Amino acid sequence: MTLQIIVCVKAVPDPAQAGRIRIDPATRTLTRADVPLAFNPLDRNALEAALQIKEKSGARITVLSMGPSGAESIVRECLSLGADHGILLSDRAFAGADAYATSFTLARGIENIGKYDLILCGMASSDGATEWVGPQIASFLGIPAATQVEELTQADSQTLIVRSGMENGYRLMEIKLPALLTATRKLNRPRALSFSGIIKARKKQIVQWGLQDLGLAEDQVGQAASPTVVSAMTTRTARRQVEFIEGSIEEKAEILVQRLAQAGLI
Amino acid sequence: MTTKANCGPVWVVAEQVDGRIQNVSLQLVGKARQLADELDVPVEVVLLGQGMKDVVEPLFAAGADRVYLGDDPVLNWYHAETYTEMIVSLALKIQPEILLIGSTCTGRELAPLVAARLATGLTAHCIDLKINDQRILEQWIPAYGGLISIICPQKRPQMATVASGVFPLPDMDESRRGELVMLKAPEAVSGRIRTLEVVRREPETVALESASIVVAGGIGAGDEDGWRQISDLARILNAALGCTRPVVDAGWAGHETMIGQSGKMVSPELYLGIGLSGDLQHLIGVAGARVMAAVNKDARAPVFEQVDYGIVADCREFVPLLIEKIRAYRQSR
Repeated sequence: MTLQIIVCVKAVPDPAQAGRIRIDPATRTLTRADVPLAFNPLDRNALEAALQIKEKSGARITVLSMGPSGAESIVRECLSLGADHGILLSDRAFAGADAYATSFTLARGIENIGKYDLILCGMASSDGATEWVGPQIASFLGIPAATQVEELTQADSQTLIVRSGMENGYRLMEIKLPALLTATRKLNRPRALSFSGIIKARKKQIVQWGLQDLGLAEDQVGQAASPTVVSAMTTRTARRQVEFIEGSIEEKAEILVQRLAQAGLI
Repeated sequence: MTTKANCGPVWVVAEQVDGRIQNVSLQLVGKARQLADELDVPVEVVLLGQGMKDVVEPLFAAGADRVYLGDDPVLNWYHAETYTEMIVSLALKIQPEILLIGSTCTGRELAPLVAARLATGLTAHCIDLKINDQRILEQWIPAYGGLISIICPQKRPQMATVASGVFPLPDMDESRRGELVMLKAPEAVSGRIRTLEVVRREPETVALESASIVVAGGIGAGDEDGWRQISDLARILNAALGCTRPVVDAGWAGHETMIGQSGKMVSPELYLGIGLSGDLQHLIGVAGARVMAAVNKDARAPVFEQVDYGIVADCREFVPLLIEKIRAYRQSR
């Protein structure tokens, strides 16, 4: 039987430009910055893990994303890289979801897909960076999860051996399918796009599901279903008074050493 | 769980490694004590492990009124499903108002599993926790070049993860006593996940969290040679070497040495930031340093707003000179 793998991916504000989204000190709201969407870096490791399983022992890979219609380009990129199906959960009602509501909606999307053996997610998104979505999807589906996965091998068709990172070490675990894993950067080296992949993926359909397709009500998704809200914003205030050390570069090094020595620091 | 009129206790889910309570857990008990005093409720700690009866004393000394202890061979190793089940069923009974967990590798897996089961909110990377005038927990996190407060107004418990070093270790009152409540562990754990092995190596280098000097390098190192110079500087100072995210992305250093919001929190006597711009995500991790100095070739780099000593220089030229001057200073003593 072919392994059914679902990879959850997120379109995030391009990490290289995300720094342009700032808190406006005057209005205490976010400054609008036209930051383009990008493929969340750790989700590439999740997809790569799925592609490697597919190449080794065969699998059908469905990519699932929740986001604005612009996120379709990220799902398309996954198809170009070798995923078989793409599904985008997109509805105005999904907006403003925190990790809990996001996980709930994605879990409902997965149930809508039907059969699955393995779900792969990136460990964290580059914007929210909570690490909550993977394990919470698993919780809503009632399947086991292993997070922070650094190494993954198939023991047999129903069992994986995974290595999860820990402080100064790791945990080695045997995990029965169906299960969910979250990928770290150490798991693999994601492949680059190929021209033939892009051509092949052009013909593939990306399915879009909204609130009604998932059989959900407005109060079960988005901001309405999010337990957490932002209550205040502030720009940082705690500044130190900097003393610039002047002189030639050699004098600067000399003076810095003097200062640190006088303070008993070196 | 949803809000109750009467406020429940402040909880800390503590972590032990080889029978030793982790520092982050004691730091959180200290913070929980402050929050609980403001709410006029008790501090309760949940601790799961094996052979733990003799190691709970520090939790009381740090401020706990009650410790729920699961002490059983099946709890020896962290097991996601068993730990989640035990914490969730106790939380449903006790209805804690606040639940704090250390942002460790297992804490970051356990917290979202517990939060999903309790249908409540969970905030990551908190750097401050405050009770507001509506008796709601403000959970402050760094974001967008500033700080934002996240609250969980309706659901309980209000859950947050906090990294080690964000809050100080509390003053330990060895005479403090509390109540120890034993929890019953399940007969067997689910076989869906089985831990085969837990490996911990002794770190080869000075641990970032406990180092008295931290040298942190940024992408301004330029290349691997530049990074090696910064490593040399750290070694000569007997300092721990940390880095920013771009350095991890460049592959010069491992993720475990990253300092900042999603990395390590450090509070050394001296912090030296070399070739880094001073992104808040990084600097939030060193806010507790006593003296801070930075080297950057751009005088307008934000890092200079956050340090005591600023040096405008190309770190590729400056670091070798600094190493030379440190050596000369040491020889002169």
